[in-house]
Amino acid sequence: MAILEVEGVTTGYGEMEVLRDLDLRVDEGEIVSIVGPNGAGKSTAMKLVFGLLSPWSGAVRFRGQDIAGIAPDRLVRKGLAYVPQVSNVFRTLTVEENLEMGAFTLTGPLEPRKERVYQLFPRLYERRRQRAGQMSGGERQMVAMGRALMLEPELLMLDEPSAGLAPMLVDLIFEKVREVNAEGIAVLMVEQNARKSLELAHRGYVLANGRNELDGPGATLLDDPEVARLYLGGRP
Amino acid sequence: MIRGARTRLRRAAEPGPAGLLMLLGSALLLIVVAAVVQGISPDRLLALTVRGVMLGGILALGAIGLSLIFGVLNLPNFAHGDLMTVGAYLSLALLALIPDGAPLGPFSFSLEFLLVLALVAPTVGFIAYLLDRGVYRPLRARGAAPIYMAMSSLAIALGLRSVVYLGWGADFRFFYPGRPRPAVELFAGIRVRPDQLFILALALALIALVYLLLERTKMGKAMRATADNSELARVAGIDVERVVLFTWMIGGGLAAIGGAMYGLDAQMRPEMGWWLLLPLFASVILGTIGNPYGALAGSLIIGVTWQLSSAFLNPAYGPAVAFVLMILVLLVRPEGLFGLRGRRA
Repeated sequence: MAILEVEGVTTGYGEMEVLRDLDLRVDEGEIVSIVGPNGAGKSTAMKLVFGLLSPWSGAVRFRGQDIAGIAPDRLVRKGLAYVPQVSNVFRTLTVEENLEMGAFTLTGPLEPRKERVYQLFPRLYERRRQRAGQMSGGERQMVAMGRALMLEPELLMLDEPSAGLAPMLVDLIFEKVREVNAEGIAVLMVEQNARKSLELAHRGYVLANGRNELDGPGATLLDDPEVARLYLGGRP
Repeated sequence: MIRGARTRLRRAAEPGPAGLLMLLGSALLLIVVAAVVQGISPDRLLALTVRGVMLGGILALGAIGLSLIFGVLNLPNFAHGDLMTVGAYLSLALLALIPDGAPLGPFSFSLEFLLVLALVAPTVGFIAYLLDRGVYRPLRARGAAPIYMAMSSLAIALGLRSVVYLGWGADFRFFYPGRPRPAVELFAGIRVRPDQLFILALALALIALVYLLLERTKMGKAMRATADNSELARVAGIDVERVVLFTWMIGGGLAAIGGAMYGLDAQMRPEMGWWLLLPLFASVILGTIGNPYGALAGSLIIGVTWQLSSAFLNPAYGPAVAFVLMILVLLVRPEGLFGLRGRRA
């Protein structure tokens, strides 16, 4: 069953059209990856889903309910969590406070939820009293993901989680995405690192110039000579 | 590679917080030397320092709110000084409704003054919030450029001051006209008025309260989070509208009490807050814009420097001293004492 559906959305900033007639779908328990060249509209697609941008036409549905243009703090309550690509931690707050802010809308005890995040990222437990601004890029990505997971969302949206990380950390972050998904959380991510993210994803979408170019299972897209030529560094 | 190396080089050449502190220390030393050269006694300098700390406490009550408001709302609130004025005059108005009690111990004020403060603080906080609903929120919703927000706050500043002029006229006012305010010896020949000790104690107590609120409560943490990164706060599901309400209540309330304390220490006039605005901004910039603890540190530094300079300068130049310090900070280390390098990185 589809958790998230984007149907024929056209949108953009001001007068400038960025996405045209875009279709996306995320099913329960899936990892879906959006790949494509710079400027293809990948991040805009994420912002659209998270209500930071309204569609000019078309529909965005979460569990069958229209969510187009709904404010982020209400989306969060519905079970959607979003990790932006840059400035995705509160730098002057400690790691623990960052996690608490992820659960701002909740009233119950937070300890069990923190416990789960620390289990996933033991590194964060060691550094829980440290300010997030003093941490390395990889650790910050963990803080950002941990913050989003505090709500135990149904769908986790990651905007370029591997951007700017050393290769070893890229592998670590992707491994964590797999672990999160193994707990039943669906993941929608946008990635520059097309090969790795398609290896991880159940399904992928290739975006170009704001349109759907191709979609299908991650492995199929990886084997597609056209995709390989255009986005995977020229090797067939 | 080359760019990275160059950035590192430049960073090494730029002064860190320690460098800025040294610069401020030398400025202070220069003032002290200038005072000693002119034959000002050490006793008087010490007394001025004590007064400076008290003035710093009053400034901090305004500066903490100003810094929070800038952090959370991205608004340089030029009306903040006039919120202080409104706080002082509203206290005066309420006091007029209550018959004067006997002076409280060694102080010049009576018990009902404390009650009035407890009423005025939330009232001014709420007035500030209503102004936000009426003016700043519509501007924010339309994505207005910061300059429009700043100009609107300037207009509100003028408006508030006009109301004070209309209501009370341009004369000096006192909370308890005619009551003697003798100074007592504190120690080592330093003479202060008991009121001034009360002002300092109240300022410190309120600052401690704000500290607890910001560090220990969920709303306080959300305020710091919003000040840190308001876009992320929204995305994380923080109810930013409630954060805004709390920010105005706290910022406006502290400003009101700060204004009343300023009036208690000296006297009130409609421009009092306007003249405090410059030292307030200097304190906020010195302690890194948006950082409430920095604002406290900045206020104390500005307060002490201001008072010490009055040993040999006409006290009317006090705000000018604050202004010079602000320019120095902006030239040397614009991110202030507690700024993080490379915010956007």
